[in-house]
Amino acid sequence: MSLRFLLNGQTVVLADPPPMLTLLDWLRETRGLSGTKEGCNEGDCGACTVMVTDADGAKPLNACILLLPQLHGKAVRTVEGLAAPDGTPHPVQQALIDHHASQCGFCTPGFAVSMATAHRAGDTDHDTVLAGNLCRCTGYAPIIRAAQAAAVAPVPDWLDDPLADVPALEWGTCAANAIRPTSADALAAWYVQNPQATLIAGATDVGLWITKGLRDLGPVAFLNGCADLRGITVDAGEIRLGACVSIAEMLELMRAHHPHFAAMLTRFGSAQVRAAATVGGNIANGSPIGDSPPALIALGATLHLRKGDTRRSLPLEDFFVEYGKQDRTSGEFVEAVTIPRQADTLRCYKLSKRREQDISALCGCFNLGLEGDVIATARIAFGGMAGIPKRARAVEAALIGQPWAEATLRAALPAFAEDFQPMSDMRASAAYRLQTAQNMLLRLWHEGAAYATDIDAVTP
Amino acid sequence: MSVRKPLPHDAAPLHVTGAARYVDDIPTPAGTLHLAFGLSPVAHGEISALDLAAVRAAPGVVAVIGPDDLDPMPDCSPSAHDEPLLARGTVSYHGQPLFLVIANSHLAARKAARLADLRCAEAPAILTIDDALAANSRFEDGPRIWTRGDPAAAIAAAPHRVEGVIEIGGQEHFYLEGQAALALPQEGGDMVIHASSQHPSEVQHKVADALGVPMHAVRVEVRRMGGAFGGKESQGNALAIACALAARATGRPCKMRYDRDDDMVITGKRHDFRIAYCAGFDGDGRLAGVTFTQYARCGWSQDLSLPVADRAMLHADNAYFLPAVRIESHRLRTHTASATAFRGFGGPQGMVGIERVMDHIAHSLGRDPLAVRRLNYYAAASGPAGGPSAPPSPPEDISNQKKPTTPYGMEVTDFILHEMTDVLAERAGYAARRAAVAAWNAENPVLKRGIALTPVKFGISFTLSHLNQAGALVHVYQDGSIHLNHGGTEMGQGLFQKLAQVAASAFGVEVGEVRITATDTAKVPNTSATAASSGSDLNGMAVKIACDTIRDRIAAHLAETHQTDPRRVHFAAGKVFVGEEEMTFAQAAQSTYEARVSLSATGFYRTPGLSWDRIAGQGRPFFYFAYGAALSEVVLDTLTGENRILRTDILHDAGASLNPALDIGQIEGGFVQGAGWLTMEELVWDAAGRLRTHAPSTYKIPAVGDRPGVFNVTLWDGANTQETIYRSKAVGEPPFMLGISVLMALSDAVAACGPGYPAPDGPATPERLLAAIQRVRE
Repeated sequence: MSLRFLLNGQTVVLADPPPMLTLLDWLRETRGLSGTKEGCNEGDCGACTVMVTDADGAKPLNACILLLPQLHGKAVRTVEGLAAPDGTPHPVQQALIDHHASQCGFCTPGFAVSMATAHRAGDTDHDTVLAGNLCRCTGYAPIIRAAQAAAVAPVPDWLDDPLADVPALEWGTCAANAIRPTSADALAAWYVQNPQATLIAGATDVGLWITKGLRDLGPVAFLNGCADLRGITVDAGEIRLGACVSIAEMLELMRAHHPHFAAMLTRFGSAQVRAAATVGGNIANGSPIGDSPPALIALGATLHLRKGDTRRSLPLEDFFVEYGKQDRTSGEFVEAVTIPRQADTLRCYKLSKRREQDISALCGCFNLGLEGDVIATARIAFGGMAGIPKRARAVEAALIGQPWAEATLRAALPAFAEDFQPMSDMRASAAYRLQTAQNMLLRLWHEGAAYATDIDAVTP
Repeated sequence: MSVRKPLPHDAAPLHVTGAARYVDDIPTPAGTLHLAFGLSPVAHGEISALDLAAVRAAPGVVAVIGPDDLDPMPDCSPSAHDEPLLARGTVSYHGQPLFLVIANSHLAARKAARLADLRCAEAPAILTIDDALAANSRFEDGPRIWTRGDPAAAIAAAPHRVEGVIEIGGQEHFYLEGQAALALPQEGGDMVIHASSQHPSEVQHKVADALGVPMHAVRVEVRRMGGAFGGKESQGNALAIACALAARATGRPCKMRYDRDDDMVITGKRHDFRIAYCAGFDGDGRLAGVTFTQYARCGWSQDLSLPVADRAMLHADNAYFLPAVRIESHRLRTHTASATAFRGFGGPQGMVGIERVMDHIAHSLGRDPLAVRRLNYYAAASGPAGGPSAPPSPPEDISNQKKPTTPYGMEVTDFILHEMTDVLAERAGYAARRAAVAAWNAENPVLKRGIALTPVKFGISFTLSHLNQAGALVHVYQDGSIHLNHGGTEMGQGLFQKLAQVAASAFGVEVGEVRITATDTAKVPNTSATAASSGSDLNGMAVKIACDTIRDRIAAHLAETHQTDPRRVHFAAGKVFVGEEEMTFAQAAQSTYEARVSLSATGFYRTPGLSWDRIAGQGRPFFYFAYGAALSEVVLDTLTGENRILRTDILHDAGASLNPALDIGQIEGGFVQGAGWLTMEELVWDAAGRLRTHAPSTYKIPAVGDRPGVFNVTLWDGANTQETIYRSKAVGEPPFMLGISVLMALSDAVAACGPGYPAPDGPATPERLLAAIQRVRE
């Protein structure tokens, strides 16, 4: 079968495209559409942002780490496709001109597409929408003025792409050893036979293996056809997230259940990364940082693995064995994660050199349950403090059964050194990591006081 | 008139639709080849064997050029002829180009470049300022030293003194468009180069040198850059030379663009500095004497380090009169990427030194830092400079000892910061907000606020005086349309639009009648880099001179045909008025053409009045000064060191602005870039001399949320006292240094945590701020 998608309203059919070819390179080198820019080739600058629409709506995605097979059955709009067929600029394009929001202009196509995507969704949280688009010239102020000005304009109808023109047909295996299964069953059967294969969901991590590692991945499976890996179910007992639920979808879900987790997730990557990255990928890649595993561990999440027709479950924290090693056998994959329903006591603190779109130096998640004035339960987990996302069991032990008091928290601080011997790297020193991890525990106490503790809540 | 109008950037409609072409977007002829450098994996050592067989055998590779294939080895240096295109024998930094891959695709070239078998005897590397001092590894024989008076005696006699050291990190340019060049071989051995360069004439010069041909055989064209900030003044030479060599070797067009990680590893950055200071002062904070020792880490080659370090010395005073002063500057050679030009060109580092001194003095006396700053300001200008209602200077500024000359002997005749500071402090409510910050801090143990107002006085001109020249070429076609060319390059600053406005004003037409064309060494020769904020000052005058020449010819012709005086010919509103008659500009052009009068002219300008002895540190290196002031308020989380800029108010002097919208854009962008330098932008090298922060995943420039929550920028209503183009002032670099207000506001917030002096180093990352909080509490 061939790869089919819409590009700026026109149907594109590609027979056996190279599975590791990025949309960005294809646009620029094959299609001659040079408006989409390469700024970093790793999904961190947003200059290559494109709008990708499927049945769930329009998303901003980084074309530099978006592989062509991920587009099957979808509609792509590049900066060249934002204006009306008669050349009338999109409202965000006109606003960018009117508000002097481009200087060198190299980041501008990415901003225009991010803004048009948010505009289409009626999203006016411009700072969050644009955190994944870097600009080195303007200082951002005129870009935000442009976004605010364009927000009142109606959504242009010319962006409504006829998705029915590109039915996401079964794709099967292509010559280059890449498959696109359309069910978890099909994936499971194939993966048992091809356990050395790489599974590609959002490609926000695997994309860099290709663009920066210059790796040849061998057989690959694209998971975007497995609708049954994308489900979210919420019942009285638990919340179940399919492995291919995006971080953006998890963020929206968590607003109702665990809002502080949701707030932390607004600083997970960028809008482009959250739209692509998946819950399963964020766990299975075994990053020592996360940022979703520490929060999920603190919530007592269970991980559901599958190999062929065999399924097993384990506490999420047990999946992470040591740096680079997970409790996952050959041919086994993450099918889902479940979170027990509970009263919300979760607090998540992400610490990074830059507030937005930065990999955490550390991320601490605290879930303390009080009975009266006594700490009855404690689940505390950190990313960035060890080779794996890890529970702070000694700290938990120092807290459980103790009265909820500042003295209790202070008395527990030495236990951090039992739980963690963090490393020094370009993000933070070991000493800073340990000290701020301790301070995060103290923050729990300060947050109960009358004075301010949240710099995002302070106004001039 | 077209000048003074807040017109949008000329290319804005192209930017927003993706139609603006950068080097990598230029459609290339079939058969174009792609290049990549193989890079050194060590910081210092001797190459014993470089086996490129696997590179040559890699898929898609057409040719490989190793160091032994080039004789003589082409040089990439803008200054000292010390930058071989490829390292031969000695490797001088991690990431240094060792060989050149020529392949059918960018990806094939990148993949092949990783396949070399290198054997290298690693040697101890000099990486840090301390390493270099210990090894006496430096450029020039010893430190440059400029002295006025007897600062040691003045400090010893003063009732108070402070001393300290500040470390100031470097900065990656992070232009969004990486380095890129494209070479198109021509008949007869000529070469056309498209480069992302601030300095096409130097690219032409270096490519001609590498090819062994005269400069006339090389034509360099630059339409625009996707950002530069000084990082494309010299750092693009290697790519253009490589493309030209490969194009000549293969007979095919050759293109090279650095992958972002390669770009960050290979190219130079802002110099990191250490500045040690000692200051003596009276009980009010008035300086008696001050000494600075500036240590600049220059990297492996000289590049532009000497003028950068000079400019740091030249801005050691910033806005303050230093009665007795000694400035000692060490230019240290290390096995790291060669530090290079970056917006401000050393000025920001020098300025941070004296701003730290002011802050330190104020803290030691328990005085408002703004009061100490104002006490030490240069005396107010007596001339007609300045704003609408320049108040008399404060009494303490007119003492007899305080002659308004800089440490390098230049009179400061246009000082307007007293008035600007008054206006800004009043408009932004400095006094009330400073009290509110103190009250807030008294009630809040976890979060602390800080506030600071800092000034900028920045010298405008290349300190290498001969660079202060520019040319322009203007054609008026017989239909009245105007073709504009000049020696400046467009990197986003809006230079082309400003100069189109100058041209349109000269001819009395709308700016749309002026076609802006790519910078081209075949149209305007021997240009200087578009750098030192000089683009519109120099090229604007050259454009005006060229336009005035043509206009005067048209006027003379029409006066003759209408039997009137040329002075009675006027150009306005797209028309030409001759006495009582009028015609369209197009009709006037047609008439002039038919009379066989040339409608093409060049313009040439050189800055008057400069004289500078950089060894003695004496003279007038600058045509004038540009001024600005910023008031920033921050909030700091004392549990982690995280912080936000709550509000920034800026008042900036762009003279009589050519285009207020573009100038405000430079100020907003410069401020955020300057604040980024001093807060989150941290370059980290490991013990082996490898840059660990070589991608935006690890090197963090400000994102949208890092701009001030409230951000008010206004232009000072004044005019340049010097005869610049329409009395405007340069605006590219000066606003960068307004970002220093953020570092000082953070210092103020830390000071609210305890009795000690915070002394945060730059960049003041959350980690450094948390350490400073602990220090002041001890």
